[in-house]
Amino acid sequence: MSSSIEQLAKEFAPLAVKEMVQLPPALVPKPAPAPKPAAAPAAAKPAAVPADPSVVGRVIPNPPSVAPTPAPKPAVAAAPKPAPAPAAPPPPPPKPVQIWKFEDKGLHLEVTVEPANVVAAAEIMDRHGFAIDAVTGMDWPTQGLLEVIYDFLHFQTGERVAYRARIARNDPKIATISKVFPGADWHERETHDFFGINFVGHRDLSPFMLPDDATYHPLLKDFKA
Amino acid sequence: MNIPQLIPVGDPSAETFTINLGPQHPATHGVLRVKLEMDGEFIVNAQPVPGYIHRMHEKMGENRTYAQYLPNTSRIDYLSAMTYTHAFVGAVEKAAKIEVPLRAEYIRVITSELNRISSHLVGWGAWIMDLGGFTPILYAFDDREKILDLLEAITGSRLTYCYYRFGGVCDDVDQTFIDGCKAFVPYMRERMKMYKKLVTGNIIFRKRVEGIGPISAEMCRKYGACGPVLRGSGVNYDVRKAEPYSIYNQFDFDIPVYQECDSLARYLVRMDEIEQSLRIIEQACAKIPEGPFQGKVPRILKLPVGDTCFATECGRGRLLVRITSDGKEEAYRIRLRTPCFTNLSLFEEASQGMMLADAISLMASLDLVIPDIDR
Amino acid sequence: MIESIFKFFTTEPYWTLTRSILYLVGICIFVAANAAYLVWVERKGAGRFQRRPGPTESGPWGLLQPPADGIKLLAKQLMAPPGSDKILFWAAPLMVIAPPLVCLAAIPFGNNVLARDLNIGLLMVFSFGSINVMALMLGGWASRNKYAIISAARVVSQNVAYEIPMLLVVITIIMVTGTMNLQEIIVQQAGGFWNWNILRGIWDFSGGGWGHIGGNLLAPVTFLIFYICMLAETNRAPFDMAEAESELVAGAFTEYGGMGFGVFFMAEYANIVVGCALATILFLGGWQSGLGSGFGTLLTSWGVIGTVIGVGFFFAKMYFLIFSVVWIRWTFPRTQFYGLLNLSWKILIPISLFTLLLTSVLLKLPRLF
Repeated sequence: MSSSIEQLAKEFAPLAVKEMVQLPPALVPKPAPAPKPAAAPAAAKPAAVPADPSVVGRVIPNPPSVAPTPAPKPAVAAAPKPAPAPAAPPPPPPKPVQIWKFEDKGLHLEVTVEPANVVAAAEIMDRHGFAIDAVTGMDWPTQGLLEVIYDFLHFQTGERVAYRARIARNDPKIATISKVFPGADWHERETHDFFGINFVGHRDLSPFMLPDDATYHPLLKDFKA
Repeated sequence: MNIPQLIPVGDPSAETFTINLGPQHPATHGVLRVKLEMDGEFIVNAQPVPGYIHRMHEKMGENRTYAQYLPNTSRIDYLSAMTYTHAFVGAVEKAAKIEVPLRAEYIRVITSELNRISSHLVGWGAWIMDLGGFTPILYAFDDREKILDLLEAITGSRLTYCYYRFGGVCDDVDQTFIDGCKAFVPYMRERMKMYKKLVTGNIIFRKRVEGIGPISAEMCRKYGACGPVLRGSGVNYDVRKAEPYSIYNQFDFDIPVYQECDSLARYLVRMDEIEQSLRIIEQACAKIPEGPFQGKVPRILKLPVGDTCFATECGRGRLLVRITSDGKEEAYRIRLRTPCFTNLSLFEEASQGMMLADAISLMASLDLVIPDIDR
Repeated sequence: MIESIFKFFTTEPYWTLTRSILYLVGICIFVAANAAYLVWVERKGAGRFQRRPGPTESGPWGLLQPPADGIKLLAKQLMAPPGSDKILFWAAPLMVIAPPLVCLAAIPFGNNVLARDLNIGLLMVFSFGSINVMALMLGGWASRNKYAIISAARVVSQNVAYEIPMLLVVITIIMVTGTMNLQEIIVQQAGGFWNWNILRGIWDFSGGGWGHIGGNLLAPVTFLIFYICMLAETNRAPFDMAEAESELVAGAFTEYGGMGFGVFFMAEYANIVVGCALATILFLGGWQSGLGSGFGTLLTSWGVIGTVIGVGFFFAKMYFLIFSVVWIRWTFPRTQFYGLLNLSWKILIPISLFTLLLTSVLLKLPRLF
């Protein structure tokens, strides 16, 4: 199983983002100590966003300052702070192509791909005989990002692969993978309902779960019912 | 496999009419609406319109602590509430690395399998009712009553159980329950024989399901179909075997798989699954150890940051719970990937060119629970 | 005074009229009572089949359930959907209940319990019986409801498909008996049950042997065909395509409420009564006891008592058939529509044509020797 996962990881590598945006500040409890084998480029700028945990996510009432593109933000990152060397070292921040232990995460492989590459990634999944599990979104208002998460599973090997793409929150557009996996059609429609993400090329993005006249997107963190 | 080719006569685009199956229709088992474009009795296109009982469970998950959210999970698919709470509890336990005592795992397996049987029984009865046979559902409810009584005795509820807790179960089971389960197994096996005589061998029933509603394995893969629908298409996939959770890998049971891809295959899978669940219950009741039923859980439960996925095999298929935590008492995001949602999503493609009555048979073979689609 | 009035109406020039009125009232009561209490039988029977008690609340054993239902239906507002054809919409319930009433006029329940002794009673029953389909079609069409229209289309093709084999098997009976008079058909079946049309062709106990003259070797098969067609013609499960509640909501009756629906409901049971009565007459010897010729003459010679016993036999057979109809409904799922048509066109019609041929050959063969 692991060998095929490594193979997949290799195939995904060109599609993955070059640098990870560390999403919730809490995800990076304290920058990990210096020696990091593969994640060096990604780990170099973990503290791009304020490390104050109280600023996280949905507690922010006003619309967050939206960065036009997600990438430049970590570029102005501060230098890694010296590690306080706690008793239990915090886990390293995830890499763009991250192989997990299934027992820990319920996943074998997690990839963060460039938004432009989602269809190519779906084709990789299709080629390897994976079945679509789910497509969903995630809102990171502080970073001005929306995330689309694609879950896949393999019926024969039981492998679980997820990949995610991060897009700007003020212009959430991403290509649809429903041409590759027709089952993504409904998932994407639902994600459009809940997050307002526009799936370019989707055949019908009219409200699905929500009422026909719904103009709101309830799973956005600044939505208050 | 000889599947009758039912091709609409004439040009289907020339004269079609739209018919609304639902949201209040006897065959949709709830408030599902299917927009049917019909050419006479033939379906040109069938577009399901879910969302009539959408409750936004996922948003609720962001506003509640994990413990407060737990009862929500049993309201999603009310017919297999145990397995749904199991998925959520399992995800939290996996993220928080909570150890579950062995006895609690045994209790979970027994109750989950009982719940699976009762869920299949309802699906079975409702299916025959969709085909116009009224009596089997009452027989099914009769047997289900036995399960509900057993579960009521230990959980206090009859439908939307909230019995599992993080790190164990809410309350220990007594010997009466174990004896009741042991007695239930042979009783149910006898009843299964009767069901086979009453329904499975019935010529009208066979004609209604044999070769009707073909769903290929490839189609299942493309749509992410799961559960009996997938296994009726010849794919040997069961979360209990593929991603073994709880202590399912300690039991000896088979995954029923049928290659026919038709409604009958899905029917037989469900019937065989009842038998396999009985086997699991039998083994679990024989081996259940003494000990604590609740592990150590912190009073204030905060999950470490990051994603955790956990899947269980519910009555209708694979339920995936994906919890994203930001280290607070509430989840940052809870994603529920429910089996009926994906199973229904292939209905549009699978039902093309079918007759209305066959489409009803196909829809019944998907065994839909509408709150599970709408969440 | 009363005596003279009584005498006036019971003596000949007016007796025929009185008799007809009495029968008319009697048949109406009979149909109403049957429709009401067959619903009760159906619900009680369904309850028993499904391991539950059925109606118990109104009256002892729920016996007051049918009147209670009737009052409820009568108290409801009659509404026609907007845009529907009101005349046809309300004509349909009338058209559906009238034919069974007319048909029952020709059905001999006993030795001389018969409204009109028609020479062509059989023909009349069938010609009025087929109006039923017209009524369902009109009701479905006039409802301005897509489900109802689908149902109407189904009803027409179903009834047309099943009328053919039904008439074909009835023709074999006519050929064997040589008459269309229902009373005459019953009289011919006097004697033991082996003289009933269902068994008559197989073995003649009076010395004819196998397939003797006047018989049809496949008579039990023709009875089966007749029974199946009867189920289909009355739109009963497993052929209840017209209602098909899990597909078409309530089919042709979707838009009917109150007594409009109640009349359709009554007509269903009235049709079952007619169908089962006809099956009893044509195949099961009508009011003949089937216990041998001695008992048979007793029925005809004992006056009123003999007649009452004969009516008892008739009802026993008829209600047994009705019970079997109920039994089938609560046991089998519904057939698929093409299965239904296949059964008729590919199986029943060829078989009934074959029995027709066989009967005519058997009738003609003795003349060759």
